[in-house]
Amino acid sequence: MADAYLKLVNSPPASGIAKKLGLPRPAELRRYRRGQPLVPGPALVLASGPAESLAGQLAGWGLEVRRDTASGEKLGAIILDLTTVSDPRELSGPMLAAGASLRTLAPGGRVVSISRPAASAPTPAAAAARQGVQGAVRSLARELRAGATANGLLLADGVGPVDPNALGGLQFLLSARSAYVDGQFLLVGPGGGRLPKDADRPLAGRTAVVTGAARGIGAAIAKVLHRDGARVICVDLPAAGEELAKVSNAAGGIALQLDITSDDAGARILEHARSRYGGLDIMVHNAGITRDKLLANMDQARWDSVIDVNMAAQLRINDALLASGADQAPRVVCLASTSGIAGNRGQTNYAASKAGVIGMVAASAAAFADRGGAINAVAPGFIETEMTARIPWGTREVARRMLPSLQQGGLPVDVAEAVAFLAGDAAGGVNGQTLRVCGQSLVGA
Amino acid sequence: MASTPASPAADGIRKAVVIGGNRTPFARANGAYAQASNQDMLTAALDGLVARFGLADEQIGEVAAGAVLKHSRDFNLTREAVLGSALAPTTPAYDLQQACATGLETVMGLANKIKLGQIESAIAGGVDSASDAPIAVSEGLRTVLLELNRAKTLKQKAAAAAKLRPKDLAPVAPGTAEPRTGLSMGEHQALTTAAWDISRAAQDELALASHRSLAAAYERGFFDDLITPYRGLTRDGNLRADTSLEKLGALQPVFGRNLGDKATMTAGNSTPLTDGASAVLIGSEDYARSRDLPMLASIVDAEAAAVDFVHGKEGLLMAPAYAVPRLLARHQLTFEDFDFFEIHEAFAGTVLCHLSAWESEEFCRNKLGLDAPLGKIDRSKINVNGSSLAAGHPFAATGGRIVATLAKLLHEQAESEGRRGRGLISVCAAGGMGVVGILEAC
Repeated sequence: MADAYLKLVNSPPASGIAKKLGLPRPAELRRYRRGQPLVPGPALVLASGPAESLAGQLAGWGLEVRRDTASGEKLGAIILDLTTVSDPRELSGPMLAAGASLRTLAPGGRVVSISRPAASAPTPAAAAARQGVQGAVRSLARELRAGATANGLLLADGVGPVDPNALGGLQFLLSARSAYVDGQFLLVGPGGGRLPKDADRPLAGRTAVVTGAARGIGAAIAKVLHRDGARVICVDLPAAGEELAKVSNAAGGIALQLDITSDDAGARILEHARSRYGGLDIMVHNAGITRDKLLANMDQARWDSVIDVNMAAQLRINDALLASGADQAPRVVCLASTSGIAGNRGQTNYAASKAGVIGMVAASAAAFADRGGAINAVAPGFIETEMTARIPWGTREVARRMLPSLQQGGLPVDVAEAVAFLAGDAAGGVNGQTLRVCGQSLVGA
Repeated sequence: MASTPASPAADGIRKAVVIGGNRTPFARANGAYAQASNQDMLTAALDGLVARFGLADEQIGEVAAGAVLKHSRDFNLTREAVLGSALAPTTPAYDLQQACATGLETVMGLANKIKLGQIESAIAGGVDSASDAPIAVSEGLRTVLLELNRAKTLKQKAAAAAKLRPKDLAPVAPGTAEPRTGLSMGEHQALTTAAWDISRAAQDELALASHRSLAAAYERGFFDDLITPYRGLTRDGNLRADTSLEKLGALQPVFGRNLGDKATMTAGNSTPLTDGASAVLIGSEDYARSRDLPMLASIVDAEAAAVDFVHGKEGLLMAPAYAVPRLLARHQLTFEDFDFFEIHEAFAGTVLCHLSAWESEEFCRNKLGLDAPLGKIDRSKINVNGSSLAAGHPFAATGGRIVATLAKLLHEQAESEGRRGRGLISVCAAGGMGVVGILEAC
C-alpha cells in the first residue's frame, strides 16, 4: 500500500538526484491536524470587483490578508473572487496577478477561485468569461508543485461570496482537509449552509452510518467522522465482522453486521440508529465491490452483483430513508469513482454502477432537499488501498505518478475528509453534486 | 465513567437482564485457532461485544470469565483479556472455573451482583482452547526440580538430580479423565447411555437435528448479531450442514467399545474438542434503559447440583437431572411453562438420558423423591437453533453461547407473538456437577 517512491524522493540524497534527473517529485501532502492554521501563510485576495467583505471574512478566520502582490513573502493561499466577470477580457487582471505570485506560494498552499456557473450567465460573453475561469484554474492547478492545489467554487445566482454556503466550501478547499482535491469545481447553491460552531468537531451530536466500514476507505471514513464529533454506526457484511469490530472500537462506534443488499437493510439500519442513537443524520454509502472482466468475457453473476451492491442497494436504502418520515434532514454521501466518469477497461459493470451513482445523486437532490437534507457523491481517483495494491506495478505507477497533477495516489483519509465535509453543515449549499478526489488525474478530467 | 448503583427494589432484589452476546465461531481443535491462546480468543470475544454495543473505553461493573484448560501463567486470564480489549482499563475482572458450567456460572454470579445492586453492568464469559492446552512436566520431574531448588550444597544437588528417571521426562498432556475414576467423560457417559438403554439411532437423530437446526439458524441470519468472525472463520468449524443419518450411522463407536452391541457413542453423536470464546453483556434495567441498550431476557434464577458418580450411584453427567426439579419446584413451574429448552449436548446420550430420567416414574420417585414423573418435554422446543453437537463445545465458552442464544430466541418470540416466554438452560459438568437456570423474555 505504501508509496515507497514518495518516501524516498522526499529524503536526501534521493531528493537531489531526482531533481537533477527531472524525475517526478511528489510532495508529502499537507493533511489535516487539529489546531493547524487553515493555510500555511498569508492569503492574497484578488478580485474582479470589490472584495472587502471577503477579505474581512478571511481576517475574521485569523488569516493575514494581502490585497496586492508586492511583498514577495511566502503565501498560504491565493483567492480569486471572479464572481463579477461578465466579459472574457476581465480575466486577465486577476489571473496575471495570481500568476505573478505563484512562485511565492508555500508548499501545500491553495489557490481557490470563486466564480459563477456559465449555464446561468445572462449573455454569451459572460458565459465565456465564467467558463474561462474553469479552464484557467484547471491549467493553473497543473502548474503547481509541492502539494499546492487549485480549485474553484461555483456560486449559483443569489449566493454571495461571504454567504455561509460559500464560506463553508471555501474553508474546505483552503484547508488541509482537501489535500487530494485538485482542479475541481464545486457548485454551491442556496440552502441552509452554516459554519460549524466548533471547527474541530463540525459533526458533534450527529449520528452517521458508514457502509463497507471494515477496511480501506470505509474504515477511514468512520474514523474521520468520529474525529469530527459524529457517533458512527459501522456496517459491513457479517463475514467482515472481525475487522469491522476493530474499526468500530477505534471509532468509538457500533458495529452492525449486515448485508446491504438484503431487502430490509434500510429498515434495519434506521431501526438500529434510532434505537441506539435516537436517529440518523448522515448516511455514507461506501460499500462497493469490483468484479472486473472485459465485457467480452463478462458473465451475469459478475455484472449483477456489482450493480446490486454498488448502486441498487444505495437506491433501496435511500428510498427507506426518504420514506421514514420522522428523521431530521439526512445528509447522504455516496461513493462514486473516476471510473464512472472516464470509463476503465475491464470495468464496464463497475463503471456502470459508479456512473449510475452520479446520476442517482443528481436525480435525488430535490427529494432530499425537500426534507432539508442533501445527497452528494465523492468520486475517488487512485487511492492507496489493499485493492489498488493488487494492480500490477507498471499500471499502478502510471495511475499514481503520471496521471495526477499531485504525482501520487491519494490516501483513504483524503476521501474521508471530502465525505466528512459533504456530510456537514458547511456543505449546506451543495446538493446533487459529485466531488472528485483524484489529485487532478487525467482520468475523468 | 463510574456509576453509582441505584438503590435496590423494596425487597432488596432487582432484575438483571441479558443485553446481548458475542462469541467467536467455534473451531475444531488444531484447526483455525490452533495458534490462538485463551487470552487471544477471550479478548476477541470481548472486543466483538464492545463493538456490537458501542462500549469502547467504557468501564463495566465487572467482567467474569474462565477457562477449563488453563495455563498457570493465566492466573489473571480475564483481567488480562480486559486490559487487551477496547474496554476501559479501569474495568475489574475475576476468573472463575466450574468445568463445563464455567460460562453459565459466570452469568449467574454476575447477575446476582446486579440483582443485589452491587454493580450496574457486567460481562460474563468463557473460553477454552484444546489446541493451545497447557502441558505439564511429570510429577517425578517436578519433585526433583523443586528439590534442586532447595538444595544448597553440590552434594545435595547431585543427590536430588540422581532421583530423576527417564520416564519422568515425558510431558503430561491434559486429558478429560476424571481424577477419581480414571475414566474419560465419554467412557462415563457410555455407561450411563447403556444403563438408560438409549439407542444409537436416537442419538444419531439428535445429532442430525443439531446440525440441521444450527445450519438453518445461520441461514436466516440468526447469528449475525451473536457472532463476530475470528481468524478467517465465519461459522462454527464443526457444523456439517450436509450430514445425514447414513453418514452418522456409518461411524464406528469411540466410547464404551467394551459394551458390545450397547456401544452406541460415535464421533458424530459426541462433541469434539473445540476452541472458542463467548461473552454476554448483562445489566440492570436502569443501565440498559439509560444507554438505550436492548433488553432481551431477564435472568430469573439458577441451581447447581452434584451427584456421587465416584461410587457409581449416578452417572457422571446426570447432575442437571437433579438440579432442574429443584429449580422448577422453587418457582412452582412445570415443563409446560417453558417455550425453549437449551440442554447442552455434551453427548447426544446426555440429553436423551436426561429426557428419559425425567419421564421415568422410577427415577423421579426413587432419586428425586417426586410423586409423579417430571414429565415429557416437547422435542420441538429443545435446542431449536442447534447446540454443542453441531457448534462444538469449547468447555467454558458453552454457557455464554447458550445464554445469548436463548435470550435472543425469547426476545424474538416476544417481538413476534407479544408474550413473555420462558427458557430453561441445563449444563452438565465434569466432577459430577450440573448448573441449570431460567431466563424469561423482557
